[in-house]
Amino acid sequence: MRWDAKNAIHIMNRKRMAQSSLAPGKGLEPPPKETAVQGIEWTQVSKRFGAVEVIPDFSLTIAPGEFVVLLGPSGCGKSTLLRMLAGLEPVSSGSIRLGGREVTHLAPGQRDVAMVFQQYALYPHMSVRENMSFGLRNVQVPSAEIERRVAHAAQMLELDALLERRPAQLSGGQRQRVAIGRAVVKEPAAFLFDEPLSNLDATLRARTRVELARLHKRLGATMVFVTHDQIEAMTLASRIAVMNRGRIEQVAAPMEIYRRPATRFVAGFVGSPAMNFLPVARLADIGGRVRVRLPGGAELSTGVPVIAVPAGTELSLGVRPEALQPAPDGELNGRAEVIERLGERTLAHVLLEDGALVVAEAHRDSEIAAGDAVKLRLDIGHLHLFDAAGKAYHAAQ
Amino acid sequence: MSTVDPGLRAALSQRRGVSALRAAAGWGHWLFVLPFLAVYIVLLVVPVFRGFWLSLNEIDLLSNESEFVGLTNYLNLWHDEIFRRAILNTLYFVVLSTPAFVALGLALALALNRPGKTGAALRAIFFGSSVLSVTIVTLIWRLVLMPDRGLLANVMRSIGLSPIAPLLSENLALPSVALVTVWWIIGLPMMLFLAALQQVPQEVYEAAAMDNAGRWRTFTAITLPAIKRTVALVTIIEVILQFQIFGQVQLMTNGGPNNASRPIVQFIYEAGFRQWALGYSAAAAQVLFGLMLIGVAVQAWVARRREAN
Repeated sequence: MRWDAKNAIHIMNRKRMAQSSLAPGKGLEPPPKETAVQGIEWTQVSKRFGAVEVIPDFSLTIAPGEFVVLLGPSGCGKSTLLRMLAGLEPVSSGSIRLGGREVTHLAPGQRDVAMVFQQYALYPHMSVRENMSFGLRNVQVPSAEIERRVAHAAQMLELDALLERRPAQLSGGQRQRVAIGRAVVKEPAAFLFDEPLSNLDATLRARTRVELARLHKRLGATMVFVTHDQIEAMTLASRIAVMNRGRIEQVAAPMEIYRRPATRFVAGFVGSPAMNFLPVARLADIGGRVRVRLPGGAELSTGVPVIAVPAGTELSLGVRPEALQPAPDGELNGRAEVIERLGERTLAHVLLEDGALVVAEAHRDSEIAAGDAVKLRLDIGHLHLFDAAGKAYHAAQ
Repeated sequence: MSTVDPGLRAALSQRRGVSALRAAAGWGHWLFVLPFLAVYIVLLVVPVFRGFWLSLNEIDLLSNESEFVGLTNYLNLWHDEIFRRAILNTLYFVVLSTPAFVALGLALALALNRPGKTGAALRAIFFGSSVLSVTIVTLIWRLVLMPDRGLLANVMRSIGLSPIAPLLSENLALPSVALVTVWWIIGLPMMLFLAALQQVPQEVYEAAAMDNAGRWRTFTAITLPAIKRTVALVTIIEVILQFQIFGQVQLMTNGGPNNASRPIVQFIYEAGFRQWALGYSAAAAQVLFGLMLIGVAVQAWVARRREAN
């Protein structure tokens, strides 16, 4: 069965290369072969709603077969970017190229992309089979071919038994699978996902996440995924683009984002519990590393090379909970306020002497109790410094 | 003697209390329903049966005497050419006006289903005519359709045509009344369709756009199936309403010319309150009731069959 699926995908990819698009007619031609970028390219794209500029100037290139997640808080413009790529939202300026083709002003159906919506957006009066084949029928794909693609997608997504049902007769997870199936049968150049997991419960979300990762592996298709959930981003993405107020803060592989966030915003947004930030005073450097005085008065060499950090900037120190651990010889003094025992680790919310609240992490079931006086030790190899503008400086690796 | 466990006794008395409470609550529910039920029975159920009984009698209102005549009134109606014409007129009117209400109401709703001030203003204007009374509406349209001096006559003359007088024409009288009726109360179907259209999630339309569905395909494959219940509702409401056409005809053509626009309700009114033939009039009313029932039943049957398919 596995061989079958692989073989079918191979055939699908070959077909895609041969015909390049399932949308026929109306000036739609195969992409020119000589174009350099076959993936997705946003070039200086901007978007205004009236007087409000939600995306000032956005450029990003996605390679074919990449799984890129646009990650950011609500209202950061990530969905708007996806909708502009889909053709559901006009672009104010700039250009979008897809598979080497200029698509900035093409209708949604002519872009050779498929979208999975947050609310599934299934056609309520059509059966699962009709939902999946609607798009193919609209572009006069032969019935036998429709039948084949629907059967293949249904098998892949375990929808075989549900093909004659209506959306109202399906559970949330099944509906989402139908929505994904509707995209798969189109064999598009790119899959677009607009927060597709946010309506599912936690267990189903975790399962669907894995299914999506498998789907990407099997199809090898380009996928753009929008979410505000960092776990989805971390687990699915080949690359994450962290967005804030319509701008990209950082584009990098998930662990790079986690380990070496480019800005204070990225550092605070990615990671759960969030990174702790402490105001620090810069001291005279020793040994080429930046030295700082911590809120409690303790002095510390951060491991961040001096040459990286301009002199005279106000600094704050960033430390993730797992790099801040209770220890008798710790540099920070405080009192445990709340203890969260998660099984494999314990989170201690500690109120420091200067009034700042930080989260520290102890392995397994620590004996700390709420109200205890605790000392916290910083892991010098995993400290980050941020200047007043939010730019990050990391410890040398 | 008293060997019953006190706990059990308490439980029993509690249970009795609960059932008494339930009974009281049941009566309480009835009290809420009662006002409606009383009005419904007195003003609808009783008159229906009373009407049916009247239709089997010959009634003399002056001497207040009545005589049971069986189905004679119905037989007379069967042979009454004016009544037969009234039935055909009414059916013709329903056939003219109901599809117009559905099609035009939906077309207006589709055109005005957009945010913004223009849409809101146009919605208000189209709905505005519905609040006018039948006397005002017919007065306006009589001025428009007046032979020789009306707006229509003047417009036709100004473009070099000889003016027509629709209300005086056997062929045009009823279509003219239908036109006026549609103009008058197109607002309600439009509003019902608007409400239905706004229930269709925008995402479904976006999915259809991604699926390469053109405008017509989106309308037939997405919009129409999504609002089919409202289409059925508007059709049933309009069939029931238009079967009872009376005011516009009474005020615009008075059933003429030559009974060409006389509907059943006007026939009932004239038989009952002009010729004082109450039994005969009641029989005509029963026929109208039967026709409406058949019309609505056919409607419901068609809608259900379509849904099953």
